[in-house]
Amino acid sequence: MLTKRIIPCLDVKDNRVVKGVNFLNLRDAGDPVELGKRYSDEGADELVFLDITATIRSKKTIVDLVERVAENVFIPFTVGGGISTANEIDILLRAGADKCSINTAAVQNPDVLAESAERFGSQCVVLAIDARRKKGESGKWIVTVKAGSEPTNIDAVEWAVNAERLGAGEILLTSMDADGTKAGYDIELTRVVAEAVNIPVIASGGAGTLESLAEVLEQGKADAVLAASIFHYSEYSIRQVKEYLAGQGILIRPVR
Amino acid sequence: MIVVIDYSVGNVKSVRNALDFLGIDDKLSADPDDIRASDGVILPGVAAFGYAMAELGDLAEVVREVAGAGKPLLGICVGHQLLFEHSCELGEHDGLGLIQGTIEPIPQDMGLTIPHMGWNAVMPDVGMNLFAGLEKEEYFYFAHSFCAKVTDPEAKVAKMEYGRLLVASVQKGNVFGVQFHPEKSAPMGLDVLRNFDAICREGGIC
Repeated sequence: MLTKRIIPCLDVKDNRVVKGVNFLNLRDAGDPVELGKRYSDEGADELVFLDITATIRSKKTIVDLVERVAENVFIPFTVGGGISTANEIDILLRAGADKCSINTAAVQNPDVLAESAERFGSQCVVLAIDARRKKGESGKWIVTVKAGSEPTNIDAVEWAVNAERLGAGEILLTSMDADGTKAGYDIELTRVVAEAVNIPVIASGGAGTLESLAEVLEQGKADAVLAASIFHYSEYSIRQVKEYLAGQGILIRPVR
Repeated sequence: MIVVIDYSVGNVKSVRNALDFLGIDDKLSADPDDIRASDGVILPGVAAFGYAMAELGDLAEVVREVAGAGKPLLGICVGHQLLFEHSCELGEHDGLGLIQGTIEPIPQDMGLTIPHMGWNAVMPDVGMNLFAGLEKEEYFYFAHSFCAKVTDPEAKVAKMEYGRLLVASVQKGNVFGVQFHPEKSAPMGLDVLRNFDAICREGGIC
Protein backbone atom coordinates (compact mmCIF):
# COMPACT_ATOMS: atom_id res chain seq x y z
CA MET A 1 0.00 0.00 0.00
CA LEU A 2 0.98 3.61 -0.38
CA THR A 3 2.85 5.20 2.46
CA LYS A 4 1.97 8.63 3.83
CA ARG A 5 4.46 11.19 2.56
CA ILE A 6 6.57 13.61 4.58
CA ILE A 7 7.34 16.69 2.48
CA PRO A 8 9.66 19.52 3.49
CA CYS A 9 8.84 22.78 1.74
CA LEU A 10 11.28 25.41 0.57
CA ASP A 11 9.67 28.85 0.34
CA VAL A 12 12.19 30.71 -1.78
CA LYS A 13 12.76 34.43 -2.00
CA ASP A 14 15.85 36.13 -3.47
CA ASN A 15 17.60 32.77 -3.82
CA ARG A 16 17.16 32.00 -0.10
CA VAL A 17 14.76 29.79 1.78
CA VAL A 18 12.57 31.90 4.04
CA LYS A 19 9.73 31.23 6.40
CA GLY A 20 7.12 33.54 7.84
CA VAL A 21 4.00 33.41 9.94
CA ASN A 22 0.63 33.64 8.13
CA PHE A 23 2.69 34.45 5.00
CA LEU A 24 4.27 37.55 6.68
CA ASN A 25 7.41 38.45 8.69
CA LEU A 26 9.77 36.32 6.65
CA ARG A 27 13.04 35.17 8.15
CA ASP A 28 15.99 33.46 6.53
CA ALA A 29 16.17 29.67 6.75
CA GLY A 30 19.08 28.74 4.51
CA ASP A 31 20.32 27.91 1.05
CA PRO A 32 17.81 26.04 -1.15
CA VAL A 33 20.42 23.85 -2.82
CA GLU A 34 21.90 22.74 0.52
CA LEU A 35 18.54 22.24 2.19
CA GLY A 36 17.14 20.32 -0.78
CA LYS A 37 20.10 17.95 -0.79
CA ARG A 38 19.88 17.52 2.98
CA TYR A 39 16.21 16.57 2.91
CA SER A 40 16.66 14.21 -0.04
CA ASP A 41 19.57 12.48 1.73
CA GLU A 42 17.77 12.34 5.08
CA GLY A 43 14.84 10.35 3.72
CA ALA A 44 12.15 12.93 2.89
CA ASP A 45 9.53 11.50 0.53
CA GLU A 46 9.26 14.54 -1.66
CA LEU A 47 10.44 18.13 -1.86
CA VAL A 48 8.36 21.21 -2.64
CA PHE A 49 9.92 24.45 -3.86
CA LEU A 50 7.69 27.52 -3.86
CA ASP A 51 8.95 30.71 -5.43
CA ILE A 52 7.10 33.17 -3.22
CA THR A 53 8.15 36.22 -5.22
CA ALA A 54 7.38 34.75 -8.61
CA THR A 55 5.13 37.55 -9.71
CA ILE A 56 7.87 40.15 -9.67
CA ARG A 57 11.04 38.09 -10.18
CA SER A 58 12.69 37.08 -13.38
CA LYS A 59 11.59 33.57 -14.30
CA LYS A 60 15.04 32.79 -15.65
CA THR A 61 16.59 33.15 -12.19
CA ILE A 62 14.11 30.69 -10.77
CA VAL A 63 14.67 28.16 -13.55
CA ASP A 64 18.43 28.29 -12.89
CA LEU A 65 17.87 27.76 -9.18
CA VAL A 66 15.42 24.89 -9.76
CA GLU A 67 18.05 23.30 -11.96
CA ARG A 68 20.70 23.54 -9.25
CA VAL A 69 18.41 22.19 -6.53
CA ALA A 70 17.29 19.30 -8.77
CA GLU A 71 20.86 18.14 -9.40
CA ASN A 72 21.07 16.82 -5.83
CA VAL A 73 17.49 15.74 -5.25
CA PHE A 74 16.60 12.09 -5.94
CA ILE A 75 13.08 12.27 -4.60
CA PRO A 76 10.06 13.83 -6.33
CA PHE A 77 10.46 17.55 -6.74
CA THR A 78 7.47 19.86 -7.08
CA VAL A 79 7.94 23.47 -8.14
CA GLY A 80 5.39 26.24 -7.81
CA GLY A 81 4.98 29.98 -7.63
CA GLY A 82 3.87 32.20 -10.48
CA ILE A 83 3.34 29.41 -13.01
CA SER A 84 0.67 30.45 -15.48
CA THR A 85 1.02 28.35 -18.65
CA ALA A 86 1.72 24.80 -19.82
CA ASN A 87 4.82 26.10 -21.57
CA GLU A 88 6.23 27.31 -18.26
CA ILE A 89 5.62 23.86 -16.82
CA ASP A 90 7.54 22.40 -19.74
CA ILE A 91 10.50 24.68 -18.97
CA LEU A 92 10.49 23.72 -15.28
CA LEU A 93 10.21 19.99 -16.05
CA ARG A 94 13.19 20.37 -18.32
CA ALA A 95 15.06 22.09 -15.48
CA GLY A 96 14.47 19.05 -13.27
CA ALA A 97 11.05 19.52 -11.68
CA ASP A 98 8.81 16.46 -11.61
CA LYS A 99 5.53 18.20 -10.90
CA CYS A 100 4.35 21.78 -10.97
CA SER A 101 1.89 23.47 -8.71
CA ILE A 102 -0.43 26.14 -10.02
CA ASN A 103 -2.34 28.54 -7.81
CA THR A 104 -3.38 32.03 -8.92
CA ALA A 105 -3.27 31.27 -12.66
CA ALA A 106 -5.65 28.34 -12.26
CA VAL A 107 -8.17 30.56 -10.48
CA GLN A 108 -7.92 33.17 -13.21
CA ASN A 109 -7.93 30.65 -16.04
CA PRO A 110 -9.02 27.14 -14.99
CA ASP A 111 -8.34 25.83 -18.52
CA VAL A 112 -4.62 25.87 -17.74
CA LEU A 113 -5.22 22.80 -15.54
CA ALA A 114 -6.89 20.88 -18.35
CA GLU A 115 -4.29 21.91 -20.90
CA SER A 116 -1.40 20.93 -18.63
CA ALA A 117 -3.00 17.61 -17.67
CA GLU A 118 -3.52 16.72 -21.29
CA ARG A 119 0.06 17.52 -22.15
CA PHE A 120 1.97 16.18 -19.13
CA GLY A 121 -0.55 13.89 -17.45
CA SER A 122 -2.55 14.66 -14.33
CA GLN A 123 0.17 13.29 -12.06
CA CYS A 124 2.27 16.29 -13.01
CA VAL A 125 -0.32 18.93 -12.22
CA VAL A 126 -0.72 20.04 -8.62
CA LEU A 127 -3.36 22.58 -7.70
CA ALA A 128 -2.22 24.75 -4.80
CA ILE A 129 -5.01 26.27 -2.73
CA ASP A 130 -4.34 28.92 -0.11
CA ALA A 131 -7.51 28.74 1.95
CA ARG A 132 -8.73 31.08 4.65
CA ARG A 133 -11.60 30.50 7.05
CA LYS A 134 -14.65 32.54 6.18
CA LYS A 135 -15.37 35.00 8.98
CA GLY A 136 -18.61 34.41 10.82
CA GLU A 137 -19.36 31.14 9.04
CA SER A 138 -18.03 27.90 10.44
CA GLY A 139 -16.96 25.09 8.14
CA LYS A 140 -16.44 27.44 5.16
CA TRP A 141 -13.17 28.46 3.57
CA ILE A 142 -12.45 30.84 0.73
CA VAL A 143 -9.66 30.68 -1.82
CA THR A 144 -7.08 33.45 -1.73
CA VAL A 145 -4.68 34.25 -4.55
CA LYS A 146 -1.44 36.14 -5.16
CA ALA A 147 0.38 34.53 -2.24
CA GLY A 148 -2.60 34.97 0.02
CA SER A 149 -2.83 38.72 -0.50
CA GLU A 150 -6.09 38.71 -2.43
CA PRO A 151 -9.27 37.00 -1.25
CA THR A 152 -11.74 35.65 -3.82
CA ASN A 153 -15.33 34.61 -3.31
CA ILE A 154 -14.57 31.04 -4.38
CA ASP A 155 -15.34 28.25 -1.93
CA ALA A 156 -12.16 26.23 -1.33
CA VAL A 157 -13.88 22.84 -1.25
CA GLU A 158 -15.84 23.51 -4.45
CA TRP A 159 -12.68 24.70 -6.13
CA ALA A 160 -10.85 21.49 -5.18
CA VAL A 161 -13.66 19.40 -6.67
CA ASN A 162 -13.67 21.47 -9.86
CA ALA A 163 -9.91 21.26 -10.17
CA GLU A 164 -10.03 17.48 -9.98
CA ARG A 165 -12.59 17.42 -12.76
CA LEU A 166 -10.38 19.70 -14.87
CA GLY A 167 -7.38 17.41 -14.51
CA ALA A 168 -5.41 18.34 -11.38
CA GLY A 169 -3.68 15.25 -10.03
CA GLU A 170 -3.07 16.46 -6.50
CA ILE A 171 -4.11 19.24 -4.14
CA LEU A 172 -1.58 21.16 -2.09
CA LEU A 173 -3.87 22.59 0.55
CA THR A 174 -2.49 25.38 2.71
CA SER A 175 -4.40 26.83 5.60
CA MET A 176 -3.45 30.48 5.69
CA ASP A 177 -4.84 30.76 9.19
CA ALA A 178 -2.46 28.08 10.45
CA ASP A 179 0.58 28.71 8.23
CA GLY A 180 3.79 29.24 10.21
CA THR A 181 1.98 29.28 13.55
CA LYS A 182 3.11 25.74 14.50
CA ALA A 183 -0.28 25.43 16.21
CA GLY A 184 -1.31 22.38 14.20
CA TYR A 185 -2.89 21.90 10.79
CA ASP A 186 -6.47 22.88 10.03
CA ILE A 187 -7.79 19.35 10.46
CA GLU A 188 -11.35 20.19 9.53
CA LEU A 189 -10.38 21.91 6.27
CA THR A 190 -8.10 19.04 5.30
CA ARG A 191 -10.70 16.39 6.06
CA VAL A 192 -13.50 18.15 4.21
CA VAL A 193 -11.35 18.56 1.09
CA ALA A 194 -9.87 15.04 1.28
CA GLU A 195 -13.37 13.57 1.52
CA ALA A 196 -14.64 15.69 -1.37
CA VAL A 197 -11.99 14.68 -3.91
CA ASN A 198 -10.52 11.42 -5.13
CA ILE A 199 -6.99 12.76 -5.71
CA PRO A 200 -4.25 13.00 -3.06
CA VAL A 201 -4.34 15.94 -0.67
CA ILE A 202 -1.16 17.38 0.85
CA ALA A 203 -1.89 19.14 4.14
CA SER A 204 0.08 22.32 4.64
CA GLY A 205 0.27 25.09 7.20
CA GLY A 206 0.61 24.74 10.93
CA ALA A 207 3.00 21.80 11.41
CA GLY A 208 4.30 21.99 14.95
CA THR A 209 4.36 18.99 17.21
CA LEU A 210 4.78 15.40 16.08
CA GLU A 211 1.23 14.81 17.27
CA SER A 212 -0.04 17.48 14.89
CA LEU A 213 1.45 15.59 11.94
CA ALA A 214 -0.18 12.31 13.00
CA GLU A 215 -3.47 14.09 13.59
CA VAL A 216 -3.78 15.54 10.09
CA LEU A 217 -2.83 12.22 8.49
CA GLU A 218 -5.34 10.24 10.55
CA GLN A 219 -8.22 12.57 11.41
CA GLY A 220 -7.60 14.98 8.52
CA LYS A 221 -7.29 12.07 6.04
CA ALA A 222 -4.37 13.76 4.29
CA ASP A 223 -2.18 11.67 2.00
CA ALA A 224 0.89 13.72 2.79
CA VAL A 225 2.08 16.38 5.20
CA LEU A 226 4.07 19.39 4.21
CA ALA A 227 6.18 21.19 6.78
CA ALA A 228 8.81 23.90 6.70
CA SER A 229 9.77 25.55 9.99
CA ILE A 230 10.12 22.34 12.01
CA PHE A 231 12.64 20.95 9.53
CA HIS A 232 14.49 24.15 8.59
CA TYR A 233 15.20 25.06 12.20
CA SER A 234 16.05 21.44 13.05
CA GLU A 235 13.34 21.00 15.63
CA TYR A 236 12.80 17.54 14.21
CA SER A 237 14.72 15.50 11.68
CA ILE A 238 12.93 13.59 8.93
CA ARG A 239 13.93 10.37 10.67
CA GLN A 240 12.42 11.48 13.99
CA VAL A 241 9.14 12.37 12.29
CA LYS A 242 9.03 9.08 10.41
CA GLU A 243 9.86 6.97 13.42
CA TYR A 244 7.20 8.71 15.48
CA LEU A 245 4.52 8.29 12.81
CA ALA A 246 5.44 4.64 12.21
CA GLY A 247 5.15 4.13 15.98
CA GLN A 248 1.61 5.48 15.74
CA GLY A 249 0.78 2.73 13.26
CA ILE A 250 0.88 5.02 10.23
CA LEU A 251 2.35 3.43 7.09
CA ILE A 252 5.60 5.25 6.39
CA ARG A 253 8.53 4.56 4.07
CA PRO A 254 11.37 3.78 6.46
CA VAL A 255 14.56 5.82 6.21
CA ARG A 256 17.22 3.50 4.88
CA MET B 1 27.21 4.87 -23.19
CA ILE B 2 23.51 5.08 -22.36
CA VAL B 3 21.32 7.28 -24.53
CA VAL B 4 18.37 8.96 -22.84
CA ILE B 5 15.89 9.59 -25.61
CA ASP B 6 15.05 13.26 -25.96
CA TYR B 7 11.54 13.46 -27.26
CA SER B 8 10.59 16.82 -25.82
CA VAL B 9 8.34 15.25 -23.24
CA GLY B 10 9.21 14.06 -19.83
CA ASN B 11 11.51 14.69 -16.95
CA VAL B 12 14.64 13.87 -18.92
CA LYS B 13 16.62 16.21 -16.69
CA SER B 14 15.80 14.19 -13.56
CA VAL B 15 16.89 10.98 -15.23
CA ARG B 16 20.15 12.54 -16.37
CA ASN B 17 20.82 14.06 -12.94
CA ALA B 18 20.57 10.59 -11.43
CA LEU B 19 22.82 9.01 -14.08
CA ASP B 20 25.36 11.81 -13.68
CA PHE B 21 25.32 11.39 -9.91
CA LEU B 22 26.09 7.69 -10.39
CA GLY B 23 28.95 8.52 -12.77
CA ILE B 24 27.21 6.72 -15.64
CA ASP B 25 28.23 7.80 -19.14
CA ASP B 26 25.02 9.13 -20.66
CA LYS B 27 23.82 11.34 -23.47
CA LEU B 28 20.52 13.03 -24.18
CA SER B 29 19.75 12.55 -27.84
CA ALA B 30 17.09 12.19 -30.49
CA ASP B 31 19.61 11.16 -33.15
CA PRO B 32 18.99 7.62 -34.52
CA ASP B 33 22.75 7.12 -34.99
CA ASP B 34 23.41 7.85 -31.30
CA ILE B 35 20.66 5.43 -30.33
CA ARG B 36 22.05 2.71 -32.60
CA ALA B 37 25.62 3.27 -31.30
CA SER B 38 24.67 3.22 -27.59
CA ASP B 39 25.12 0.36 -25.12
CA GLY B 40 21.61 0.88 -23.84
CA VAL B 41 18.62 3.16 -24.19
CA ILE B 42 16.36 4.83 -21.64
CA LEU B 43 12.92 5.97 -22.70
CA PRO B 44 11.84 8.37 -19.95
CA GLY B 45 8.48 10.00 -19.59
CA VAL B 46 6.18 12.30 -17.78
CA ALA B 47 3.30 12.69 -20.20
CA ALA B 48 0.03 11.36 -21.38
CA PHE B 49 0.42 8.19 -23.53
CA GLY B 50 -0.90 9.58 -26.81
CA TYR B 51 1.10 12.77 -26.54
CA ALA B 52 4.28 10.82 -25.73
CA MET B 53 3.82 8.39 -28.64
CA ALA B 54 3.16 11.28 -31.03
CA GLU B 55 6.26 13.12 -29.81
CA LEU B 56 8.36 9.99 -30.21
CA GLY B 57 7.32 9.98 -33.89
CA ASP B 58 9.81 8.35 -36.24
CA LEU B 59 12.06 7.39 -33.33
CA ALA B 60 9.53 4.69 -32.45
CA GLU B 61 10.82 2.62 -35.36
CA VAL B 62 14.44 3.11 -34.24
CA VAL B 63 13.57 2.02 -30.70
CA ARG B 64 11.81 -1.09 -32.03
CA GLU B 65 14.82 -1.83 -34.24
CA VAL B 66 17.48 -1.61 -31.48
CA ALA B 67 15.33 -3.47 -28.95
CA GLY B 68 14.75 -6.19 -31.54
CA ALA B 69 18.52 -6.40 -32.04
CA GLY B 70 19.02 -7.08 -28.32
CA LYS B 71 20.10 -3.69 -27.02
CA PRO B 72 18.99 -3.12 -23.40
CA LEU B 73 16.01 -0.77 -23.27
CA LEU B 74 14.53 0.73 -20.10
CA GLY B 75 11.18 2.48 -20.20
CA ILE B 76 10.30 4.67 -17.23
CA CYS B 77 6.72 5.59 -16.28
CA VAL B 78 5.00 6.49 -19.55
CA GLY B 79 8.13 5.13 -21.29
CA HIS B 80 7.33 1.80 -19.61
CA GLN B 81 3.74 2.05 -20.81
CA LEU B 82 4.86 2.76 -24.39
CA LEU B 83 6.55 -0.68 -24.47
CA PHE B 84 3.10 -2.32 -24.63
CA GLU B 85 0.66 -2.72 -27.50
CA HIS B 86 -2.13 -0.33 -26.72
CA SER B 87 -3.46 2.29 -24.31
CA CYS B 88 -6.88 3.83 -23.79
CA GLU B 89 -5.64 6.98 -21.99
CA LEU B 90 -7.48 9.99 -23.50
CA GLY B 91 -8.43 8.06 -26.64
CA GLU B 92 -7.15 4.88 -28.27
CA HIS B 93 -3.42 4.73 -28.99
CA ASP B 94 -1.00 2.07 -30.21
CA GLY B 95 2.32 1.69 -28.41
CA LEU B 96 5.62 0.14 -29.44
CA GLY B 97 4.27 -3.40 -29.05
CA LEU B 98 7.53 -4.82 -27.67
CA ILE B 99 5.69 -6.58 -24.86
CA GLN B 100 2.20 -8.06 -25.18
CA GLY B 101 -0.30 -6.24 -23.02
CA THR B 102 -2.34 -3.11 -22.71
CA ILE B 103 -2.42 0.06 -20.61
CA GLU B 104 -5.60 0.48 -18.64
CA PRO B 105 -6.91 2.83 -15.97
CA ILE B 106 -6.14 1.84 -12.38
CA PRO B 107 -9.45 0.38 -11.14
CA GLN B 108 -11.38 3.06 -9.29
CA ASP B 109 -13.79 0.76 -7.46
CA MET B 110 -11.70 0.47 -4.31
CA GLY B 111 -12.24 4.02 -3.04
CA LEU B 112 -8.53 4.75 -3.35
CA THR B 113 -7.07 8.04 -4.50
CA ILE B 114 -6.19 8.24 -8.19
CA PRO B 115 -3.50 9.05 -9.41
CA HIS B 116 -1.62 6.40 -7.50
CA MET B 117 0.91 8.86 -6.17
CA GLY B 118 3.59 8.14 -3.64
CA TRP B 119 5.86 5.41 -2.35
CA ASN B 120 4.75 1.81 -2.62
CA ALA B 121 6.50 -1.47 -1.84
CA VAL B 122 7.46 -3.46 -4.95
CA MET B 123 7.71 -7.25 -5.02
CA PRO B 124 9.82 -8.42 -7.95
CA ASP B 125 9.61 -11.85 -9.55
CA VAL B 126 12.71 -14.01 -9.22
CA GLY B 127 15.50 -13.27 -11.66
CA MET B 128 14.48 -9.72 -12.54
CA ASN B 129 17.85 -8.15 -13.24
CA LEU B 130 16.89 -4.57 -12.37
CA PHE B 131 16.26 -5.61 -8.77
CA ALA B 132 19.50 -7.54 -8.26
CA GLY B 133 20.89 -6.96 -4.79
CA LEU B 134 17.76 -5.21 -3.51
CA GLU B 135 15.56 -6.39 -0.68
CA LYS B 136 12.50 -8.51 -1.55
CA GLU B 137 10.30 -5.51 -0.88
CA GLU B 138 11.64 -2.02 -1.46
CA TYR B 139 9.73 1.23 -1.71
CA PHE B 140 9.67 3.14 -4.99
CA TYR B 141 7.96 6.36 -6.05
CA PHE B 142 4.94 6.13 -8.34
CA ALA B 143 2.84 8.83 -10.01
CA HIS B 144 0.35 7.43 -12.50
CA SER B 145 -3.32 6.84 -13.21
CA PHE B 146 -2.89 4.06 -15.77
CA CYS B 147 -1.24 0.72 -15.39
CA ALA B 148 -0.02 -2.17 -17.55
CA LYS B 149 -1.96 -5.39 -17.94
CA VAL B 150 0.69 -7.85 -19.07
CA THR B 151 -0.42 -10.77 -21.23
CA ASP B 152 3.01 -11.70 -22.59
CA PRO B 153 3.90 -15.25 -21.49
CA GLU B 154 7.61 -14.45 -21.80
CA ALA B 155 7.50 -11.41 -19.51
CA LYS B 156 8.47 -11.36 -15.85
CA VAL B 157 6.50 -8.99 -13.69
CA ALA B 158 7.08 -7.15 -10.40
CA LYS B 159 3.91 -6.35 -8.51
CA MET B 160 2.77 -3.76 -6.00
CA GLU B 161 -0.36 -3.65 -3.93
CA TYR B 162 -2.80 -0.81 -4.35
CA GLY B 163 -6.24 -2.16 -3.56
CA ARG B 164 -5.22 -5.12 -5.67
CA LEU B 165 -1.96 -6.31 -7.21
CA LEU B 166 -0.80 -4.03 -10.02
CA VAL B 167 2.20 -4.16 -12.36
CA ALA B 168 5.17 -2.17 -11.06
CA SER B 169 7.84 -3.43 -13.44
CA VAL B 170 8.27 -5.76 -16.38
CA GLN B 171 11.14 -7.55 -18.03
CA LYS B 172 11.15 -9.44 -21.31
CA GLY B 173 14.66 -10.36 -22.35
CA ASN B 174 16.50 -7.10 -22.97
CA VAL B 175 13.39 -4.95 -22.63
CA PHE B 176 12.73 -3.50 -19.16
CA GLY B 177 9.96 -1.27 -17.89
CA VAL B 178 9.38 0.42 -14.55
CA GLN B 179 6.10 2.13 -13.77
CA PHE B 180 7.82 3.87 -10.86
CA HIS B 181 10.47 6.56 -11.13
CA PRO B 182 13.89 5.09 -10.24
CA GLU B 183 15.47 8.54 -10.68
CA LYS B 184 13.16 9.78 -7.92
CA SER B 185 13.22 6.77 -5.60
CA ALA B 186 16.15 7.72 -3.39
CA PRO B 187 18.95 5.11 -2.94
CA MET B 188 16.76 2.16 -3.99
CA GLY B 189 15.95 3.85 -7.28
CA LEU B 190 19.57 4.69 -7.91
CA ASP B 191 20.36 0.98 -7.36
CA VAL B 192 17.91 0.11 -10.13
CA LEU B 193 19.64 2.53 -12.52
CA ARG B 194 23.02 1.16 -11.49
CA ASN B 195 21.76 -2.36 -12.27
CA PHE B 196 20.55 -1.20 -15.70
CA ASP B 197 23.97 0.30 -16.38
CA ALA B 198 25.60 -3.01 -15.42
CA ILE B 199 23.27 -4.84 -17.83
CA CYS B 200 24.25 -2.39 -20.61
CA ARG B 201 27.96 -2.74 -19.92
CA GLU B 202 27.68 -6.52 -19.99
CA GLY B 203 26.11 -6.23 -23.44
CA GLY B 204 22.60 -7.17 -22.48
CA ILE B 205 20.88 -10.25 -21.13
CA CYS B 206 22.09 -13.52 -22.64
